[in-house]
Amino acid sequence: MRSRTKVGDSIFNVFNNTLLLLLGIATLYPFLNLLAVSLNQSLDTMRGGIYLWPRDFTLDNYRLIFSNDRLFDSAALSVLRTLIGTGLSVICTIMVAYALSRREYMLRKSLNAIIVVSMYVNGGIIPIYLMIKNLGLTNTFAVYIIPGLIGAFNVMIMRSYFDQLPDGLVESAKLDGANEWQTLFRVVMPISLPVIATITLFISVGHWNSWTDNFLYNSKESLTLLQYQLMQILMQTTEQVSGGIGSGTDDAILNFTTPQSIRATMSMVVTLPILFVYPFLQKYFIKGMTLGAMKE
Amino acid sequence: MNRRRKSIRTITNEEGINIEQTAAKAIKTDAGLKNNLRKKKWKTLAQQYQLILMSVPFVGILALFSYLPLWGWIMAFQKYSIGKGIFGSEFVGFDQFVKLFNDDWFYTVLRNTLAMSLMHLITSFAGAIGLALFLNEVRSRLFKRTIQTITYIPHFVSWVVIASIVTLVLSPDFGPLNELLIWLGIVDEPIFFLSKEKWFWVIHTMAGFWKELGWSTIIYLAVLAGVDPALYEAADVDGAGRFRKMIHISLPGLMPTASILLILNTGYLIATGYESQMLLGNNLVMEYSQVLDLYALNYSMQIGDYSYGVAISMFKSVVSIVLVLLVNSWAKRIGQSTVL
Repeated sequence: MRSRTKVGDSIFNVFNNTLLLLLGIATLYPFLNLLAVSLNQSLDTMRGGIYLWPRDFTLDNYRLIFSNDRLFDSAALSVLRTLIGTGLSVICTIMVAYALSRREYMLRKSLNAIIVVSMYVNGGIIPIYLMIKNLGLTNTFAVYIIPGLIGAFNVMIMRSYFDQLPDGLVESAKLDGANEWQTLFRVVMPISLPVIATITLFISVGHWNSWTDNFLYNSKESLTLLQYQLMQILMQTTEQVSGGIGSGTDDAILNFTTPQSIRATMSMVVTLPILFVYPFLQKYFIKGMTLGAMKE
Repeated sequence: MNRRRKSIRTITNEEGINIEQTAAKAIKTDAGLKNNLRKKKWKTLAQQYQLILMSVPFVGILALFSYLPLWGWIMAFQKYSIGKGIFGSEFVGFDQFVKLFNDDWFYTVLRNTLAMSLMHLITSFAGAIGLALFLNEVRSRLFKRTIQTITYIPHFVSWVVIASIVTLVLSPDFGPLNELLIWLGIVDEPIFFLSKEKWFWVIHTMAGFWKELGWSTIIYLAVLAGVDPALYEAADVDGAGRFRKMIHISLPGLMPTASILLILNTGYLIATGYESQMLLGNNLVMEYSQVLDLYALNYSMQIGDYSYGVAISMFKSVVSIVLVLLVNSWAKRIGQSTVL
């Protein structure tokens, strides 16, 4: 009986590990393939057969992207948006969450209700578009930052963390004569770095990956983000293949390389920064996610 | 008297015990203390000016962008023209909605929205539970962590890149899937998957499944970590193997969380965005790829009929609010915690 269980267990083990290994490969392979294509000479890629390694290694695709003024400006703008947007959003989220975690705060309940209900009620895509237009936010950099300044989900994760800090913490800071700002920035924030790291990751990835606000609100060339450039190249190539309007021919960059290579290279450019950051924060965001969800 | 009691009760709720005692006194003496109380309330509020500065402006911005657009719903009852604005446009009652409910394409788009949401909901639900159960059985911590880290990648990658990958993998020109199918002898010629209408829902579901699979396990893994070890020990004594313990202990342990998440997520069935459909779709598969938001966008931006676009948006928002409320009261009735 006992040995039968043992044999069964090791069969299960092998099966389980194989399955997970296959899943890992299925997740990783497309990215490795994109990387290989981006590092391969573009005309050579057209012959097919690029899997995990570049056949004709070159950095030309990357050189081309960064030497193209339009793409370089977009990349710079995306970085700027991510830095400014993340900085402001994180600070505002922390302040709002801190205020909402203070039990004696008189507006706590009403503000909390406003935030929670905002997760369920929304005017819809066209009313929001028209309001942003009427506020004069179209074709401005501000439209990337202001409408999403604080998000209900992030505030709630942050607040759950503050809620479970020891009660005496804020009180003793108060007794020492600290005002709210000092209490928040000198006492509460230093012991909340894990959750701050989590929120910073979520918000910065959100900014970096966003393109719909660019698509909806900003048609100005100088306000184009990197993700939107990639999106346009993607749409052009699918439209060309599907026999739609081929508007991509005036795109100068496609004269030097193939759509496939430029897509792979740009995908890598927008993906690599994320890959270098999130694994180091894994411990924190898992904790942050489960803390927020359990509280709900 | 009644009104005063009500106002006192509100204060009690917000202020805690101290004020409650004051309030009790105020009722007893019932003199001009009402004024005192109000003064005290304002005084406390004034003392909390720092907290107010920290929160009110930013919650205000959130409220502005979440609730002010609701005002735009008026347009759905108008024949709105940009030149005349909301105040100058002519009211037409429910005409836009009559048009909406007689519009065949609207039903096609609604079908697509619901079908793709439902397919995503079911696959991601089953996938998350399955993967969490398997990950939970891994003995090597390093292997477990590595698989977790890898499967989180697609969650952090933008939909633009995901769409780019899907295009690449499904490409008729040396795309890995076609190469594989030809190698296995299943097909003779490469298939251009993204141009096949009937395939779109499947492709969309697979892409979403792949993107969120790892991420969606986080909550389930946390629940599994909290399952009472005594249960596994008891099963050991009974001679149960790893697989049976997984089926008879781990899986039931997940069920309360799983069912509540499933119920709550059905509330969002219609509330999905348009990003993935817009990126993966093309002109050839429109009949299966277009969703409510894209239809509203097309109508408003290309045809310029904002009122009809708002009517579509409004339909979507109202149905989604009703769904969320229904689902929440359902969850409450079966005795689970709710979000609302």
